[in-house]
Amino acid sequence: MKKLLREVIFSIVVLLSCVNAKAAEKEHNNNNNNEEEFNSVEMIMHHISDAHDFHFFDYTDEAGVKHAVSLPLPIILFTDNGLTCFMSCAFHHNDDGTYVVSKNGENFVKYHEKIYQLNEGASSLEFDEHHHPLNAVKPIDISITKNVFSMLLSVVLLLSLFGAAGRSARKNPGAPKGILAFLEPIVVFIREDIIIPNVGEKKHKKYIPYLVTVFFFIFFNNLLGLIPSGANLTGNIAVTLVLSVFTLLITNFSANKDYWKHIFLPPVPKALYPIMVPIEIIGILTKPFALMIRLFANITAGHIIILSLISLIFVFKSIFIAPVSVGFVLFMYTLELLVALLQAYIFTLLSALFIGQAIQEHH
Amino acid sequence: MDLVTPGFGLIFWTSVVFIILMLLLKKMAWTPILNNVDARNKSIEEALVAAENARDEMSNLKADNERILKEARAERDEMLKEARDIKANIVSDAKNSAKEEADKIIASAKAVIENEKTAAISELKNSVGALSVEIAEKVLKAELKDSDKQNAYIAEMLKDVKLN
Repeated sequence: MKKLLREVIFSIVVLLSCVNAKAAEKEHNNNNNNEEEFNSVEMIMHHISDAHDFHFFDYTDEAGVKHAVSLPLPIILFTDNGLTCFMSCAFHHNDDGTYVVSKNGENFVKYHEKIYQLNEGASSLEFDEHHHPLNAVKPIDISITKNVFSMLLSVVLLLSLFGAAGRSARKNPGAPKGILAFLEPIVVFIREDIIIPNVGEKKHKKYIPYLVTVFFFIFFNNLLGLIPSGANLTGNIAVTLVLSVFTLLITNFSANKDYWKHIFLPPVPKALYPIMVPIEIIGILTKPFALMIRLFANITAGHIIILSLISLIFVFKSIFIAPVSVGFVLFMYTLELLVALLQAYIFTLLSALFIGQAIQEHH
Repeated sequence: MDLVTPGFGLIFWTSVVFIILMLLLKKMAWTPILNNVDARNKSIEEALVAAENARDEMSNLKADNERILKEARAERDEMLKEARDIKANIVSDAKNSAKEEADKIIASAKAVIENEKTAAISELKNSVGALSVEIAEKVLKAELKDSDKQNAYIAEMLKDVKLN
């Protein structure tokens, strides 16, 4: 079973990379100008945002041609004509909307990691002054992007680690052994010290799967995001949005009478209702909204700081700034490791707290 | 700004992947791991209760043992006392019967001795009588060889005999 899984993963990786095996494509617009101005903002934004291929590094060969080494990822689009799929290497690393990929009679370009479908007759992307495309539309894009790929990687990791732990727990009851001995205390900690004190002993069982999964999902993806050239998944607002929407839904669907009574009939003089009720209603949303922003901002900010410190070397164009940068980056990295755990903990803790507030019995 | 605009693709994939992950992990990991922990907690609790019970039982047993020991000791003492009494009785009985027997033996011995003595005395008397008769005969024979002497003697004898 394990072996089969390993082979499947291996063959998927091989399949993906064989399309662009060496993944060394000539940059078409390479102007042989190595002295081009270093733009740190662009570099940082490129690193913290999503991409359609897993880019590892660039190198310049002896002829002065720039090559990019990257893992191509599948692009899945829903256009007016239905589903269209192709690998991201079809764009040949072009990201300014000039390289056109034709599939099923539809023409696609990639501009700043977004796929546009060109209208009939157009050969390259054009924008108006508000940055809206003039001659193209955006199809529904559910591509396996770098972030999605990283998320799937974390899922494989989580399933293999916790699958092994679960099997071990099922096979030999009694004292935990091996990987279970390491993971079980963490799971028990989440249940005993996060879920039960906040949700309450009586009803906590129902919320264990969500809260424990959300903890490990965030924690693993935070750590994966810290690996150099890794994806910034938990620093992406879409991911934190989805997770906080889950918390919002669970909180409000499991809420009892007292919770709604507190919102619509708060214990204040009736004259204050016009102010209080809207505030309470907004309060329903602000709590998960804060969850979303907190995780997104913490992780993204950490990445930006590290990348900014690295950029200093290139901004100053001096080797002597490197030790300072490296020292600070090392410090930040250690801090980020802590933040990775801390943010997973906080997200789980606050989710448990919100659920607990919504279901608590009133005295 | 791009950074704070959630992309549809990632929302879609995160929702799908997270829900599937949650269901899988619930089945594969959380349920068995936490069931295992709960079962262990329960067994530890039971073991503690059982140990407590065992300790109580132990102390009960100890008390019982002490009581039994005490009883046994008392019984032993009683038995010893009884044995001592029996011994004294037996000894005194034996002494008494021995004394009786001895008295009896002594009495019969005394009787036998008495009989023997009387027999011996009577025999002695007889033999003394016979001897004295013989001696007297011999003396008389010698004395009474002539008739004068015989007469003298008869006279002598007659003198001694008092006719009462």
